[in-house]
Amino acid sequence: MNRWSIARLVAAKDLRIERRSKVLTNQVIPFAGVTMVIFAFALDAKSARTDDGFVPLLELVAPGLVWLAALFSLLLLVQRAFAIEADDGALDALRVAGVDPVAIFWGKSAALAVQLAVLDMVLLGAAVLLYGADVPAGGLVLLVVTLVVATCGLACVGTLYGGLTAGFSGRETLLPLLVLPVVAPVLIGATRAVESALGTGGVALSEGWPWIGLLTVFAIAFGVGGALAFGPLIDEAT
Amino acid sequence: MTTTTPAPATTPTRTRGTGTTATRLLGIATVVMLGWLVAFGLGFSPADRDQDEAVRIMYVHVPTVWVAYVALGVTALCSALYLFTKKHSLGFDRFAGASAEIAVVFMALTLVSGMLWGKITWGVYWAWDARLTSFALLFISTIGYLAVRSLGGSHQQRAKRSAIVGLLVVLEIPLVHWSVRLWNSLHQEPSVLDTDGDVSIEGLMLFSLFVGVIAFTLLYVWLLLHRTRSMAMADLLDDVGLDQALADRRAEGASS
Repeated sequence: MNRWSIARLVAAKDLRIERRSKVLTNQVIPFAGVTMVIFAFALDAKSARTDDGFVPLLELVAPGLVWLAALFSLLLLVQRAFAIEADDGALDALRVAGVDPVAIFWGKSAALAVQLAVLDMVLLGAAVLLYGADVPAGGLVLLVVTLVVATCGLACVGTLYGGLTAGFSGRETLLPLLVLPVVAPVLIGATRAVESALGTGGVALSEGWPWIGLLTVFAIAFGVGGALAFGPLIDEAT
Repeated sequence: MTTTTPAPATTPTRTRGTGTTATRLLGIATVVMLGWLVAFGLGFSPADRDQDEAVRIMYVHVPTVWVAYVALGVTALCSALYLFTKKHSLGFDRFAGASAEIAVVFMALTLVSGMLWGKITWGVYWAWDARLTSFALLFISTIGYLAVRSLGGSHQQRAKRSAIVGLLVVLEIPLVHWSVRLWNSLHQEPSVLDTDGDVSIEGLMLFSLFVGVIAFTLLYVWLLLHRTRSMAMADLLDDVGLDQALADRRAEGASS
């Protein structure tokens, strides 16, 4: 069995567990939703002056809040993704069975990316509904590309550090400490790209594409680096 | 079952400290250089024309940044040496760990001294400058590295895991710096920062700065050697303690 089919099997297994346990739909998405609501409480219904006149503050910061909520939810999803492995020693069993760690990494990253993509779309929907963000038809391609590339990067980082902390008692607290500084480039790049796609505060569409470059470099760096480092890391987690 | 108090294990390390003649000499040299730094930094060097007395913070700030980066570099180098040499020597791992601990302390000192200096010269404690922001993220990542070191497991497990994380921390620096730089280019630079341009430094000031860098580098090496040795002793204690516990249990089993 080659690496790709193992990765597909691992991803399918994770998504099947998710479909049956419904942790994403019943816990993580509601958490993300309440985060979006409390952001509004924190920022109030103030307006900010831009070149286009007064714009509601929430509309102006909506792209950043979407990705911030996505990052917080990512932490929950990663913990969930590795709790199912660590609880019954499933990760050890996979390794003992001689399953290629690169395939496990890509499989788990893919499953995480799918869940994260669903979450991102819900968050964008919430931004449109709650914050009054507007999605112009012209920005749709940029929006979709940003979502795909940023999600891939986040999923790779999440899987890498999730694997590192899996099986340790302090993983809930260690994970954010390790992940959040690393994903700062994604928060920056994805926020700016979405701002361009939505035209927030008069940002031009063309300004968004260079950020896709940053996000792509990030996704490739952690996709490759993660695949290389994941094997030794989970070997040692036992 | 009777409990017997085990005789204190006599190991060759019982009376061994972390000091040797070399480190004692190094320590003396460090103290002397630090004394020079105080004398030159606070006494002999003149006050700056623009920044007045506040310029003296530079004699601490610049050497701490220098040591923080050198220490991180040593951590990355030792992590790589541990991972990519055949022997997987724990000595490299302990050097990497000790150096990261010192890096965290010096990064904190850098941030504190930089903030105080910034408040005086720029009028704010913090500016969202690319260098500052990526340095702060690096600081948090290094703390994360130390947390990974304390996760537990065998010494070799700790070494391998933390070496990978150590390399990741250092390799992410360019990516973080690049992104923060791009992000920052959208914002207007605080005009006070402009005074930070190419300022020609007067001779005595440059010399004081030089003394500072030497003094703090010596301090770093001194701390590194002692900390590495104390880590080696802690590891040895773990091993000896385990052997002792095994021997005790065996003795218990034999006597019952």
